[in-house]
Amino acid sequence: MRFTKKDILGLEYLTPEEITLIIETARTQKDLLSRPIKKVPILRGKSVCTLFYENSTRTRTSFELAAKMLSADTSSVSVSGSSINKGESFKDTLLTLESMGIDLFIIRHEASGSSHYASQIVKSHVVNAGDGLHAHPTQGLLDMLTIYENKGKFEGLNVCVVGDISHSRVARSNVWGLAKMGAHVRVCGPSTLIPPDFDKLPCEVYTDLDKALEGADAVNVLRIQKERMDRGFFPTIGEYVKLYGITSERLKGCKDDVIVLHPGPINRGVEIDADVAYNHSVILDQVTNGVAVRMAILYLLLGGGNAEII
Amino acid sequence: MRKLFKNGHIIDPASSTDRVCDIVIEDGKVAEIGENLSGDEVIDCSGYVIAPGLVDMHVHMREPGQENKETIATAAQAALAGGVTTILGMPNTVPAADNASVVTFILSQGAKTPVNVLTTGAATKSNAGKEMAEIGLMFEAGITAVSDDAFPVQNSDLMRRVMEYTKMFDLPILLHCEDKDLTMGTVMNEGAVSTHLGLAASPKAAEEIAVRRNIALCELTGCRTHIQHVSCAGSVEAVRLAKSKGIPVTAETCPQYFSLTEKELETYNPAAKVNPPLRTDEDVEAVKAGLKDGTLDVIATDHAPHAAEDKDVEIMYAAFGMTGLETSLALSITSLVKTGFMTLPELIALMTAAPAKVLGIDKGTLAPGADGDMVVFDPDEEWTVDVTKFRSKGKNTVLDGRKLTGKVKMTVVGGDVYKF
Repeated sequence: MRFTKKDILGLEYLTPEEITLIIETARTQKDLLSRPIKKVPILRGKSVCTLFYENSTRTRTSFELAAKMLSADTSSVSVSGSSINKGESFKDTLLTLESMGIDLFIIRHEASGSSHYASQIVKSHVVNAGDGLHAHPTQGLLDMLTIYENKGKFEGLNVCVVGDISHSRVARSNVWGLAKMGAHVRVCGPSTLIPPDFDKLPCEVYTDLDKALEGADAVNVLRIQKERMDRGFFPTIGEYVKLYGITSERLKGCKDDVIVLHPGPINRGVEIDADVAYNHSVILDQVTNGVAVRMAILYLLLGGGNAEII
Repeated sequence: MRKLFKNGHIIDPASSTDRVCDIVIEDGKVAEIGENLSGDEVIDCSGYVIAPGLVDMHVHMREPGQENKETIATAAQAALAGGVTTILGMPNTVPAADNASVVTFILSQGAKTPVNVLTTGAATKSNAGKEMAEIGLMFEAGITAVSDDAFPVQNSDLMRRVMEYTKMFDLPILLHCEDKDLTMGTVMNEGAVSTHLGLAASPKAAEEIAVRRNIALCELTGCRTHIQHVSCAGSVEAVRLAKSKGIPVTAETCPQYFSLTEKELETYNPAAKVNPPLRTDEDVEAVKAGLKDGTLDVIATDHAPHAAEDKDVEIMYAAFGMTGLETSLALSITSLVKTGFMTLPELIALMTAAPAKVLGIDKGTLAPGADGDMVVFDPDEEWTVDVTKFRSKGKNTVLDGRKLTGKVKMTVVGGDVYKF
């Protein structure tokens, strides 16, 4: 199978076959990370640009490492270090960079839909590295790869996403990707942090954490931001921790071999307690898999679309 | 000179005229309607409908201050192309139309155009919602109505005073109904579509709360209150209930609210970002039912032109609004008449006599003695919207490239004929 999409905008736009192809490619490419020489020449001469309008450490680094390991040339443009601050529009920035020969843009932007917009402006490939509250497809894929490595399948798994669903592109990408592969997705959080009609997405909505965790194969814990409390979405952090904080005790209702994921950065003792985070989670595997998934995507978009070599 | 428009299908709901015959305009006024009339200049209208020139009581002309988006002159040209002969400007100009000198400027610029340009005056100074504007002085300068469009007054006590004060001049007040706390930072209607897209969204309750408050204040003050751009089922219901109780409220909707839904935003199209936002199929049906049963009195456009740079950006940062003057008749025919939902005379009434009545102006009829303002159109001709051909500076509409039915052939203002 060849990968024919021009852009990766969100997992809802990919077929199950395409998702499988990405995950299989990532599993093969992950091997590169443990080699002494972490570099192959397959994207030599390709030019990749990370264009970030929001701060990010792990996603940006992960994409850049992935590109470099495949020998692509990388450049990075961020809000603080470019003409964006001088008031150049997103459109003009994209056109300018494309004119310099960028083959693929990796875009993070606070506005939902910005990757769609970019994909209509440039002929180069666009990979969405997080657009507002809409999607974070590579995060969804690295979560999926991590689940797959642990469970060997998606079909029939119960995956519970806990926390601030409203303000989470990660939650949405998990829902779309996992549901397409046959997993049952549950989301759980306070009702003020679950958007209206979320149950019309392919998932079930819970506000009772214990019910949501019952029989779960994987739990994906989202970061809770203090500013949500200031805007009245919930009364206090203390109440949130009591009702929705993930502890070893609460995980008892899950399957015995449950895995705990977190997109990071974590608030230890808030949405997840330290014991779970350090002793019972797969958080660092997720980080590693992030590089693998991003290599796979860069390779499939820029390398001719075949999953064979490496 | 007698201008004879021959063999047109004359539809004038105000005078219950609906037949094929001739109409003569002399000295800018309707002189005669009848069979086999004579005239000095003969204009054949066979196969066309002749209706009173459309009255659009919700137009953003953008002048003064935002002439890059539109000017009074270009808005007037757009109106002509759309068969609209009377336009009412909204007060959110820069500076605001909140005093007699800006009002006088707008009216004098309007007088240089071929259409009838009217203006509202702002309800509050600088549209800031803090202090009442000089409504009395603006009345003397010639405003047709008072409005808080685009900057809805949140303070109910101030709104009450403005309405009491406005009533003194027997002016209508045209109200943009929106609870700003519920809409802050939002882009679209709240629901399954916004949840999927991850776009900040406002609930219909934001509009309904304000509609209900303004109806309550209408009942309290007795001011002629007109609810602008009704977009959702709950607002239609609220107006219906108010009317059944005899409260002197009127209401309008716009073609986009009975023709388009929030699905237009699924591709993050900034052209579909309007305020109030496009809603759901259920709301479209409720709005149509409201037009049909008289709950909603008027179809206006909320013509909101923008420059490319205001719209060709990420949807979150795009300006609200869609142009309407050049597509309102055709989109309304396409959505309401071609579908068999209402008759052409019913539609024409909503776009002519009804707004004239709400505003209390002598327009919207072809009865002998009335102003010679007419639209001549082919109700069956299909055409494709091409924004590059718009007279308006604003090319911002989701209708670009879509096929509509109903094509304006001529617009007549005070007897002057403009052919398209």
